[in-house]
Amino acid sequence: MTTSARIGCRLLSVCWLLVLIIGLGNTAVAAAQLEPAPTTNSVAPINSGDNAWLLASTALVLMMTAPGLVLFYGGLVRSKNVLSTMMHSLILMAVISTLWMVFGYSVAFGSGNAFFGNPLTHLFLKGVGGTPNPAYAATVPAESFMLFQMMFAIITPALISGAVAERVRFKAYLLFIVLWTTVVYLPLCHMMWGQGGLFNWAIGGKIPVLDFAGGTVVHISSGVSALVFALVIGKRSGFPREPMMPHNVVLSLIGAGLLWVGWFGFNAGSALNAGALATSAFAATHFSAAAAALSWTCAEWYLKGKPSVLGAASGMVAGLATITPASGFVSVPAAFGIGLVAGVVCYLAVTKLKAAFGYDDSLDVFGVHGVGSTVGMLMLGFLASAEVNPLIGTTFQKNGVVVSLAGGMHQFWNQLAGVGATVALAAIATFLILKLVDASVGLRVDQEDESAGLDLSQHGERAYNE
Amino acid sequence: MKKIEAIIKPFKLNEVKEALNELDIRGMTVTEVKGFGRQKGHTEIYRGSEYTIDFLPKLKIETVLPDAQVEAAIEAIINAAKTGKIGDGKVFISTVDDARRIRTGEQGDSAV
Repeated sequence: MTTSARIGCRLLSVCWLLVLIIGLGNTAVAAAQLEPAPTTNSVAPINSGDNAWLLASTALVLMMTAPGLVLFYGGLVRSKNVLSTMMHSLILMAVISTLWMVFGYSVAFGSGNAFFGNPLTHLFLKGVGGTPNPAYAATVPAESFMLFQMMFAIITPALISGAVAERVRFKAYLLFIVLWTTVVYLPLCHMMWGQGGLFNWAIGGKIPVLDFAGGTVVHISSGVSALVFALVIGKRSGFPREPMMPHNVVLSLIGAGLLWVGWFGFNAGSALNAGALATSAFAATHFSAAAAALSWTCAEWYLKGKPSVLGAASGMVAGLATITPASGFVSVPAAFGIGLVAGVVCYLAVTKLKAAFGYDDSLDVFGVHGVGSTVGMLMLGFLASAEVNPLIGTTFQKNGVVVSLAGGMHQFWNQLAGVGATVALAAIATFLILKLVDASVGLRVDQEDESAGLDLSQHGERAYNE
Repeated sequence: MKKIEAIIKPFKLNEVKEALNELDIRGMTVTEVKGFGRQKGHTEIYRGSEYTIDFLPKLKIETVLPDAQVEAAIEAIINAAKTGKIGDGKVFISTVDDARRIRTGEQGDSAV
């Protein structure tokens, strides 16, 4: 690394420390200036059932990152890279949580314009406490909503890591995810789900895009960014000539099982209450995963002659990623249909599409999450049902008139706009961030470190000693 | 004194060991090895990526015997390890100059 780059890194860490110190100082000042509590304390209308479900869901979504994704991805790489691959997910629980506390939540959900929230509104989670924020979730503490959303911000960049496993420099990866979360994730989250966000169908958006639990915000954004990252960083040395088999499919299967369970928190938790909508999202999630596992397995059995176990697990994950945007808007048969399509389309994406273009998306982030969720977003345009979710028949107003967002050609175009904007933002911003990171610290480890494995070269450890 | 090296299918180990025991041959060394001969490897598919596995897992049994026991031992190994299908393995025989038992210092045939 050059001296200037080293100084750059030091400067960056110093800046972070300064931000932390200033922030803590502000909090202290704010505490000192607190006015005396009002004598007639109005009881916040918190529903303990809703809050219990949201907190449980929050924990479930964190479980998707670790140990869910940690095991799923860890098993798919070669044994010399298993720790580094696990670290790519694990470290986000620390880094993104910090970022979320400092300004992340505020940019995503603070008041602002159509594209991002004001980072100062909830700087250091100022004003995020036991009182509900009725714009987002009227019956739970704003702090519960903040925690739930944080887990989404953690898992999204973790998904991207699968595309660049086995060759990315750890320092570059850290720098990338901090910048990516700030420039891509937080604004996108605000646009889809934040109050007044451009695509928010429920509260004050201009273009009503339906995305129940993160088809665009989480899966398309990470899938497209993963593809761009894989293209910019280049193939693993030896790909596809040398065999690069998963070193432990058993780990991946345990991870996939945890992902399925955790996804109930992800999707059914996104109802933000413990009512009928949560149940319907739960059901849609489950039946889509089942259908996709079935259709991926059948497709592989038919085309390759054997139904692989990793294939069935990949189908499950594809079904879950695909139903994510649609989960709170479609009936069980529609969800099952979405899952059937997801299994086949994603199977073809990771086999035929990847082979045709020759990119090394090592753990198929684009093929499963990017392609799957795009399918889900677009099918949702036709399948969204006001019977399943009455709100979409009554909420969105255009020129003062309530318009139904239930399935049809009109909603399909809205969905397409949402997908298009997500793809454009993710692709362009990721490309620019990567150029910046490459120039400052270098994206990729050198040839020798790559062949020794990232566990040893980046972390000084080996997973299996004996 | 001869050394017998037999490359066999892993699941045949127990039968070969018992066949040798019946001839009162009590000592052998077993190593997990990989290799191929006329038997081709197989194909593994992970998410549609196909890998040809050339080197198949086999076991190598080594035992050193007095000349008088060698022919019977070879026959026992072949009978026990045979499935009749390709990939059953091979037996190599070579001459050994001498042997010592470390504990007692015994030499030659009495050491093996």
